[in-house]
Amino acid sequence: MTAADTLFEPAGGSSDVGPVLEVSDLAVSFPSESGRVQAVRGLSYQVSPGEVLGIVGESGSGKSVSSLAVMGLLPSQARISGSIKFQGRELIGLSDDQLSKIRGRKISMVFQDPLSALTPVYTVGDQIAEGLLVHGKGRVTKQAAAKRSVELLDLVGIPNAAERAKAFPHEFSGGMRQRAVIALAIANDPDLIIADEPTTALDVTVQAQVLEVLKTAQEVTGAGIVIITHDLGVVAGFADRLMVMYAGKAVETGHVDEVYQRPRMPYTLGLLGSIPRVDADEKQPLVPIEGQPPSLVDLPQGCPFAPRCPMAVDACLTDEPPLSEVDNSGDHYAACIRSDELGAVEVQADEASVAAAVDVAAEVFGVEVIGEPEVARIPRDQRTVVLDVRDMVKEYPVTKGVVFKRRIGTVHAVDGITFDIREGETLGVVGESGCGKTTTLMEILGLEKPMRGEISVLGQNVSALNGRSRKAVRRDMQVVFQDPMASLDPRMPIGDVIAEPMQVHGIDKEQIAKRIPELLKLVGLRREHADRYPAEFSGGQRQRIGIARALALEPKLVVLDEPVSALDVSIQAGVINLLDELKAKLGLSYLFVAHDLSVVRHIADRVAVMYLGKIVEIGDVDSVFSSPQHPYTQALLSAIPIPDPIKERARERIILTGDLPSPANPPSGCRFRTRCFLHASLPPEKQSKCIEVEPPRAVQAPDHEAACHYAEPRQVV
Amino acid sequence: MTGFLLRRLVNYVVLALVATFLAFTLASVTFDPIGVLQQRNPPPPAATIDAKRHDLHLDQPIPERFVTWMGGVVKGDFGQTIANRPITEELGRRAGVSLRLFLLGITLGITLGVLLGVISAIRQYKFSDYFATIFSFVVLSTPVFVIATLLKTGAQSINNSIGSNVLLFTGETTPGFSGSWGAALVDRLQHMIVPTLTIVLSQVAYYSRYQRSAMLDVLGSDFLRTAQAKGLTRRKALFKHGLRTALIPMATLFAFGFGLLIVGGTFTERIFSWFGMGDWLITGIQNQDTNITATVTLFIAVCVLVSGWLADVLYAALDPRIRI
Ligand SMILES: Nc1ncnc2c1ncn2[C@@H]1O[C@H](COP(=O)(O)OP(=O)(O)OP(=O)(O)O)[C@@H](O)[C@H]1O
Ligand code: SF4
Ligand code: SF4
Ligand SMILES: [Mg+2]
Repeated sequence: MTAADTLFEPAGGSSDVGPVLEVSDLAVSFPSESGRVQAVRGLSYQVSPGEVLGIVGESGSGKSVSSLAVMGLLPSQARISGSIKFQGRELIGLSDDQLSKIRGRKISMVFQDPLSALTPVYTVGDQIAEGLLVHGKGRVTKQAAAKRSVELLDLVGIPNAAERAKAFPHEFSGGMRQRAVIALAIANDPDLIIADEPTTALDVTVQAQVLEVLKTAQEVTGAGIVIITHDLGVVAGFADRLMVMYAGKAVETGHVDEVYQRPRMPYTLGLLGSIPRVDADEKQPLVPIEGQPPSLVDLPQGCPFAPRCPMAVDACLTDEPPLSEVDNSGDHYAACIRSDELGAVEVQADEASVAAAVDVAAEVFGVEVIGEPEVARIPRDQRTVVLDVRDMVKEYPVTKGVVFKRRIGTVHAVDGITFDIREGETLGVVGESGCGKTTTLMEILGLEKPMRGEISVLGQNVSALNGRSRKAVRRDMQVVFQDPMASLDPRMPIGDVIAEPMQVHGIDKEQIAKRIPELLKLVGLRREHADRYPAEFSGGQRQRIGIARALALEPKLVVLDEPVSALDVSIQAGVINLLDELKAKLGLSYLFVAHDLSVVRHIADRVAVMYLGKIVEIGDVDSVFSSPQHPYTQALLSAIPIPDPIKERARERIILTGDLPSPANPPSGCRFRTRCFLHASLPPEKQSKCIEVEPPRAVQAPDHEAACHYAEPRQVV
Repeated sequence: MTGFLLRRLVNYVVLALVATFLAFTLASVTFDPIGVLQQRNPPPPAATIDAKRHDLHLDQPIPERFVTWMGGVVKGDFGQTIANRPITEELGRRAGVSLRLFLLGITLGITLGVLLGVISAIRQYKFSDYFATIFSFVVLSTPVFVIATLLKTGAQSINNSIGSNVLLFTGETTPGFSGSWGAALVDRLQHMIVPTLTIVLSQVAYYSRYQRSAMLDVLGSDFLRTAQAKGLTRRKALFKHGLRTALIPMATLFAFGFGLLIVGGTFTERIFSWFGMGDWLITGIQNQDTNITATVTLFIAVCVLVSGWLADVLYAALDPRIRI
């Protein structure tokens, strides 16, 4: 008997065969200054016992609101109608007291942001025990609850659970907190677990761990699961059925395989085509869905997707298409009047597969392959070096005390990294948060002599720069930041925002006035946008403004810090395409920092993988992604979900154990050894080398280096 | 942890000493008790003046005077007033009067303030919230003596409408009151209500504003949702998880709130003829009496010290994240 069996009732065996959750015609609206926001407009779905339903949709489509409605946790100003039946019992209209008896016992929820999901002032163990105690009044003793909460923490993979249960949430890492929240969610053996973007705030490696825990949780409790995400990859291997939401409604539902392979609604198709794929062999163009989701205050008549739909015809504008069955499948529904025609396009492809669906998407949305820049034809080593970083080191002191600070240690944020970028080339830098990506960027952008090592920009060593030449170099190297809103001054019309760097560099007024419309056009905005303020633009448009501003001075090198990670996938695709186009057109070089490896695979020519302040693997993207040599790269890649249910289910994940060690106190020898699965599988005489000797970066293949004593290629995607 | 609190305590003691020294110096430099003496008509003989100057240690440099005075304080002797009476004679009684006012004011003020703030936050944009907001702004922007005068007038009209003097607002007790032990207590209570209310009002206004915003931050927080999601009722989640967390920033405010209290207290004592420390400070300044001024300053500094240190202890107790 496993620990899980003793903790939970065996799954199944219950006599009720009906769905655990039955939502019908649910509508939720909120008052707002500009009118009532119709956040959910007639949503119906069911979840059977033990079934996993994935809900996908872009930001604002009503995913969270509909699930909070099920929990009865909507704010009081929300108006709600329709029906939510849980195990046959109507939940709408129940009092808070009645609902609180169901919440946490029968239905539980995992929220998006693990960092703020636990109360900071109570220990993790106490918070889990509280969940057991509120539902077990008189039956469960404090000691029993405490003991059970330790068992639960152990079950979700918290090492040393008895000890850690006494810790406060701030002493847990993000991934551990999310595990604790899952432990809390399964504490009372619920029949339904709702997980609202449970992994969005986490690194890929941690995401893979947490999904694994969620799967375990599902297995042991036998609960139905509703998993909400905006990432089609996350649910592909986990969900049984999928529901796509748009503007507060379900627009397509069905078995995952069906929906991924034969999407029958242009929106689903577009979503599928907009995702960069880490497993792409050849470079496929991404499908951007132009425009923005409609305002939910007064929706125009007809199909809400019509303004963005490439297949829209006049008939689409008369009535909103209802969700109707496609192909007499009995299970697959889509809300589109032209879904049959989509089916016809697919039939032309010989066999249904996600790849075929993506091709259909590219065709329907009419995207073109973006060419390579001219310089790319010249062999790499003959091209000019735009950026050259050698053995760069950056350390931060760790201090203690408020008035009299004393140094108690050193954080080795970047510990001797070497790379270069050639003309017309994109280098992607990837790694978990805290590995030193941003520090690397900031050091390069600072144009100051590094603590150790050298930085040269366009052949100029930065330590030899004086005031004037530094300004000239700054002109050739521009930056685009992650958060488009934070980097734009809200009181400046965007024309001025774009003009600013040119003014700083003393370009005359006339020329600036001429350049602004050119730049706007270049990034896909219109000339008249120049007079508007940042608040009037959507996230994707703001990021375009940021790019226009960076390009104003015709730089040679553009440094991009997570430029698309704050954007929805469909919007992200447009920005990535734009960056690709600009590179081809202007012969730019990019230093592209991202935590999303699929984006990097799509956009970069070369990639550097960082771990704890060091580059562990670097080289040509195709070579690194198709035959990664370093165990860390292998783990990272294997953690990335692929939006293809069949491939995804067949994949074997390398789950990294534990968290990133503190960069103030990195392990001896190979820094990765504390989490290295290869190291763990080695005989002791081989292990000692990892512990004692730091592995040097060694050439493994043409333009492909890795720093591991026992490097060997392994296919993981 | 204990080390942290001890270090803070040492800091506060040093600060209290510095504050007292500054007050002492300032008083010594500006006050001119001899001048007052000389202006009497007829002027006292030179020998008397010299003797007075010696008594008051005016022939010593200021730092030396401070050391002499502090030396006495350590032994429990706060020196003499100008009128040659030992300060200790009045100190105990006056400190008692003030502390009664302060402690009651602060306890009621914090409790009611926190409650009002919580209600305000939970009922954001409802009538009770608007009411609390307006109340706080009016109280905080009105000088204490105006509030006190208004309360006096209000109390008077209540008395008039009842037809007997229930609320009393001059002095701490009725002069020459004699009666049973119980009757004396009632008499004191009758005198206490209006002055305490004066203090409590501004404390409530102050704490409720901050508690409201701290609570609003917490109301939208994820952990409150988690608490409800695990099966706590909204009310229980609000108090056990929400309020508990929203109290943390209050601890720091406590130290500052005390300053407000003392300023308010000084005026209040005067207006209601309570002979406490605040009243004494004003008397001391009027009589150009350095020792009284320094003693009251020391008293206030010690009060602030204790409240500041209490705030630290409270903060550490409330927030596990700073327990080191
Ligand atoms: N308390 C509220 N008051 C007013 N409007 C709200 C409230 N909560 C949500 N909304 C609105 O309801 C709509 C749906 O929001 P919801 O949070 O369900 O989207 P979502 O699909 O979960 O998006 P995301 O991917 O960003 O989490 C949005 O337009 C949002 O602005
Ligand atoms: S109904 Fe028309 S507008 Fe809507 S998705 Fe189908 S084709 Fe596009
Ligand atoms: S050197 Fe050893 S520990 Fe480091 S990655 Fe290679 S096998 Fe793992
Ligand atoms: Mg959401």
